Amino acid sequence: MAMTIHLDIVSAESEIFSGTAEMVFAPALMGELGITPRHLPLITRMRPGEVRVRLPGGKEEFFYVSGGILEIQPHVVTVLSDTALRAKDVDEAAAVSAKEKAEQALANKTSEFEYARAKAELAQASAQLAAIQRLRQRTKR
Amino acid sequence: MAGSKEIRSKIKSIQSTQKITRAMEMVASSKMRRAQDRMRAARPYAQKMRTVISHLASASAEYKHPFLKERSVRRVGFITVSTDRGLCGGLNANMFRAMLREMETWRDRDVEIDLCTIGSRASTFFRRLGARIIGQASHLGDAPRVEDLIGTVKVMLDAYNEHHIDRLFLVYNEFVSSMTQRPVVEQLLPLASSPEDQLRHHWDYIYEPDSKEILDHLLLRFIESLVYQGVVENVACEQAARMVAMKAATDNAGELIEELQLASNKARQAAITQELSEIVGGAAAV
Repeated sequence: MAMTIHLDIVSAESEIFSGTAEMVFAPALMGELGITPRHLPLITRMRPGEVRVRLPGGKEEFFYVSGGILEIQPHVVTVLSDTALRAKDVDEAAAVSAKEKAEQALANKTSEFEYARAKAELAQASAQLAAIQRLRQRTKR
Repeated sequence: MAGSKEIRSKIKSIQSTQKITRAMEMVASSKMRRAQDRMRAARPYAQKMRTVISHLASASAEYKHPFLKERSVRRVGFITVSTDRGLCGGLNANMFRAMLREMETWRDRDVEIDLCTIGSRASTFFRRLGARIIGQASHLGDAPRVEDLIGTVKVMLDAYNEHHIDRLFLVYNEFVSSMTQRPVVEQLLPLASSPEDQLRHHWDYIYEPDSKEILDHLLLRFIESLVYQGVVENVACEQAARMVAMKAATDNAGELIEELQLASNKARQAAITQELSEIVGGAAAV
């Protein structure tokens, strides 16, 4: 029997996946990682993209993540997924809007952040699209 | 005694009120169940984060993140989680009382207070009190999302990073059971590190790109997830408290209806008796 590794994919709002896998592919910040059992302990941030899981028996599953943190230990992989796409400017915009609400100012100042938000949304959409296409191909086969 | 017709119309109006409270009770109980599920779903994320953070904090000794450092307190921040709507018994009032007590102890030590409010009840209450509110979020609905909270959390974290506040607390209602909710004041920053983890680790991670950046990132997400958990827990509390309050209201309405029914019957009897005695009296006169 092939060696397996335990994988947990969790987000702040829910547990997405928990089970064993033969191999896990994840979009790390510095490039895609392929993780097999007995990987060295590693911790990294993730880009938006898809986490590919090869289950025991050869079947593959895809999960879309919009960034987050990947923690690897020899027999456990943990994906701490963000619930939504996060960019610094978007965070900033949210903070500004919370402040604005507190000041009850009605002035709309979001336009400065439009560009960053649009860029972030584009990255998210294209990653989602890629995941969907992959899924389609798989179902056709 | 009031006329039986008036009593009957009163009974009608109470009955329709009772219908409403009963419906609200049922809605609240089903929403509570869903909120509890959400509460449970949020737990593994925070747990995983806690273990990773405690490891990182003990592994990278040379870098001490400001979130982990104690410093002298001149100003504290509170993030207050309340409900948006009322009709949930003493839930908000109890929490505000607990929080005011806490604020009082800080004021006694000449420490100033900044507030961030989540939910419209807290913002109206503390605005009336004249507290300094620096961030606000409301109308998150029954299924709050993490994105809705980023802003308020970031306002506070920025204040902490810029040394405007030296300590950060989260105030929310803890869901003990559907009958009991307890207001809690929890310290978010600086994070209390757990000492038992310090000696166990003899290995270290490979960091990509480096430990500092990852720790920063992790701590931010961790605080956000704690606040999120507080909010979700508060939603469960709100529904539970509303369910109990509405159940009491329905029962009270039932009691009232019974009493009024009795009064109405008596009034009817009295009217009949009077009529009879009048007829008898009339017949005797003839």
